[in-house]
Amino acid sequence: MTALPPIFTDWFAARGWALHPHQQQMLHRAADPATLMIAPTGGGKTLAGFLPSLVELADGAHSGLHTLYVSPLKALATDIRRNLTTPVDEMGLPIRIEDRTGDTTYTAKRRQRADPPHILLTTPESLALLTSYEDAPRIFAGLQRVVVDEIHALADSKRGDQLMLALSRLESLAPGLRRVGLSATVDDPQAIARTLARHPDPCPILSADPGPDPDIAMLATQSRPPWSGGGAKYAIPEVLEEIKKHNTTLIFHNTRAQAEIFFHHLWLANEDALPIGIHHGSLSRDQRDRVEAAMVAGQLRAIVCTGSLDLGIDWGDVDLVIQIGAPKNVKRLVQRIGRANHRYNAPSKALLVPANRFEVVECRAALEAARAHDLDGDPRGPGPLDVLCQHILIRACAGPFDADALFAEVRTVGAYADLPRAAFDDCLSFCATGGYAFRAYDKWQRLKQTDGHWHLRDPRAAQRIRMNIGTIQDADLLKVRMRRGNRTLGEVEEAFAASLTPGDRFLIGGEVVRYEGLKELTVEVSRTPGREPKVAVFSGTKFATSTQLSARILDLLNRDHRPDLPGHTAEWLALQRAVSRMPTADRLLVETFPHAGREHLCLYGFAGQNAHRTLGLILTQRMEAAGLSPLGFVMTDYALLIWGLERVGDPAALLDADDLQAGLDAWLQGNAVMKRTFRSVATIAGLIERNTPGPKKTGRQATFSSDILYDTLAKYDPDHLLMRITRDEALRGLVDFGRIEEMLGRVQGVDHQRLHRVSPLAAPLLLEPGKVPIAGEGRERLLEDEAERLMAEAGLGAL
Amino acid sequence: MSHHVLKLGGHALQARADGSLFWPAAGVLCVSDLHLGKSERIARRGGGLLPPYETRETLARLDSAIAATAPRHVICLGDSFDDLDAATDLPEDMRLHLSRLQAGRDWTWIEGNHDPGPVALGGSHLAELVLNGLHFRHIATPDRPEVSGHYHPKARVPGTAARPCFLADENRVILPAFGAYTGGLRVTAPILRDRMAADAIAVLTGRRAVAVPLAAL
Repeated sequence: MTALPPIFTDWFAARGWALHPHQQQMLHRAADPATLMIAPTGGGKTLAGFLPSLVELADGAHSGLHTLYVSPLKALATDIRRNLTTPVDEMGLPIRIEDRTGDTTYTAKRRQRADPPHILLTTPESLALLTSYEDAPRIFAGLQRVVVDEIHALADSKRGDQLMLALSRLESLAPGLRRVGLSATVDDPQAIARTLARHPDPCPILSADPGPDPDIAMLATQSRPPWSGGGAKYAIPEVLEEIKKHNTTLIFHNTRAQAEIFFHHLWLANEDALPIGIHHGSLSRDQRDRVEAAMVAGQLRAIVCTGSLDLGIDWGDVDLVIQIGAPKNVKRLVQRIGRANHRYNAPSKALLVPANRFEVVECRAALEAARAHDLDGDPRGPGPLDVLCQHILIRACAGPFDADALFAEVRTVGAYADLPRAAFDDCLSFCATGGYAFRAYDKWQRLKQTDGHWHLRDPRAAQRIRMNIGTIQDADLLKVRMRRGNRTLGEVEEAFAASLTPGDRFLIGGEVVRYEGLKELTVEVSRTPGREPKVAVFSGTKFATSTQLSARILDLLNRDHRPDLPGHTAEWLALQRAVSRMPTADRLLVETFPHAGREHLCLYGFAGQNAHRTLGLILTQRMEAAGLSPLGFVMTDYALLIWGLERVGDPAALLDADDLQAGLDAWLQGNAVMKRTFRSVATIAGLIERNTPGPKKTGRQATFSSDILYDTLAKYDPDHLLMRITRDEALRGLVDFGRIEEMLGRVQGVDHQRLHRVSPLAAPLLLEPGKVPIAGEGRERLLEDEAERLMAEAGLGAL
Repeated sequence: MSHHVLKLGGHALQARADGSLFWPAAGVLCVSDLHLGKSERIARRGGGLLPPYETRETLARLDSAIAATAPRHVICLGDSFDDLDAATDLPEDMRLHLSRLQAGRDWTWIEGNHDPGPVALGGSHLAELVLNGLHFRHIATPDRPEVSGHYHPKARVPGTAARPCFLADENRVILPAFGAYTGGLRVTAPILRDRMAADAIAVLTGRRAVAVPLAAL
């Protein structure tokens, strides 16, 4: 399999191309059961992945499906089909290549099932759906290779778990299947290799030449960064200058809201009318397609974007990446920088723009880490059980199955290699009967066992299950549409739409629009040029600064000499040292001070905003119990600020690890984070259906909130499988208790600093948005006051 | 406040924080849209297997309301069962619990769109009921004075989550859904707005009954 057939060598020679060493190696290893290739973008990674397939298919002897390509993005599948079709056509190879995604037409999909192409390009969700059909064994019978692209983006998520479970199924349908993973630079390639390979197969790692080190720097600006907040309006003149100096610039933001605001201000300052676009996940597909097409055509000088452009099509002309706001995570920063300059062997160029004063330090630390190739990553836990539940249901759609055989199959997936039989049985029982302590559904089981094989009680259930395949959790989104012309602009969250009253203005797709009303499931808006917007809140994921990066920040703060920091930041830090002290890695600094008539407590945990939120909720609860009357708190990635009526004399007493754990248990149960996590878990596991057959209902009368299911289980069946999954997941994710434990383990004691006024480091927190009021009896009273006021205002006070 | 007093047809009615309506002078407790057996119906029709605890939860809530008000007569304003089969298939222990609640008092099942026929359980079955001039039925009509349910009204005061609520004006009261597994229809929906007078109020349920002018929501 080593030699390239003449038809290939001729084609390469005609173009003056030669194979890269890693492409050659891939060809050598074509017979290996699993191979992971790490290569920078632009390194001919995709061709390396497909070359063995093209060679094997060149003689036209294979009939049916030979290679399956899976990518996290639909757009990527489509793009790769185009890129692959060119050489295949030019060499006149007898190879049929098709893509299959959520956008593929019904007829095309039917035809693909009846007569699969040689190479099928698809997404994890479309693949899972394919495996759910009764004819899956026939479709996949001759399958030889699977290529998983951008596997680094999948390996960290439930989409990756679902994909690997689907591959375990394919392995049974097509024994001897070979797997290839293509990945960008990652912190732990071994972990990805374990995810990819059939357990316990080995998975050698091929690394392409990473190319020269990127050229990263902080953007120097005339104005100083503000004290708080997440925008970078102050840097707009310099950003515009950089755009002018480069062909195409990608301007990355951490959240969609920030991207919208930045784009708005950039556009107002864009006196030369440079063509600049915006791209993020809440914009309509049409709008994103237009921006992508304009970019490919080289018509745009800059694109303001979010993680939606972290992956995807190779943009040849991008020669600068600007990251606005601290990158939070070095691995993502390095991958984003890789988006610039896809020409192999040319350094990528990137500029960091801190959004506020503290982020100057954070950007500096990230820059040092990127230069040192010190990437961060958190090890993932075992394979999630909600995804396994969905996998069992999908398996049942394809036909009757034997539980022992399915269990053995699932254990060949790296993430599920240590899955206990009891956990598998719990999932099976959940799928079959709901798994409740109270056995209610013996009559209406979803799965039944006949002659030792499990099958759907009602075959019609397969349709409902297929309609709900997937692990991507969208918040409830409503379309935003122009009242005149019916143009769809994008989507906003239902919760945000509910907070709007007619006349409110918000930003979407860089336009300021006026909210007119809600029509069925659509937010109707009209144009209002030139007015200041009320900002759209898109949820987007809020990433916490990684543990590794936080450690680097603490180290940077404690260096005696800081020549790398701008003067304004160095002076600010020096002042902190003079009036209080600097937080260190091994001591926990807690400052208390009066401010604006309230007592404040500032704790420098450096544990990330999710852990700080959890800590804030637990500590205020404990303060409430101690009669310290806390009123609210606010958090950032580095600190937590609590204010209240009473001075905290002994902060160390509040921070006892065992007491915190006890507080956590009591607090978790009624918590909104738990309910949100439950909703996602219950949807993936198949308890809640996002999509149901028939037209979408407009009245919400018939549907009820998943919170009700959560409350019911908490009361009547607290140890139910889904409650256990929810708890585990929340503790690792949004609650992030692990980071609190990490912090308490790292510090050897608390330094309490009593001050007469706010310290330099704490001051920015007073300006931070997103303050959390303390719930409880107080909130009920506030509601009554507000109601009373409204009644009096309406002249109904006496009613 | 555990209830808010409403005036309807010259009678004083208590819109209670738990979502039930109590008429002290007549000793009548009224609840609407219990949707008993909802999870069973969804499972039977091939949907998800929801936690099968809503019937006991709803009956426990009804039990508390009855214990607190000691009514002589309980009126269930329709959609008491998620469908008629759900009434037939009510588990034995739930059936017993219901019988205990019914013992020693009058009980009226008003028919709803989900349960449009008699059920094989104690109590009388009526399409509607008139008591001291007040009309009790499932879906609101132009008749007055009238007490009805059906719409599951819910409302949100800025800064708090939406809660089930009563709607009331001088001609009618619309009850919130009492059942555990029930969603709601925003009181801003035209179909609800159009049924109520301009000076109508919403009484939010929860820990306390809180009245808010409908126009402010």
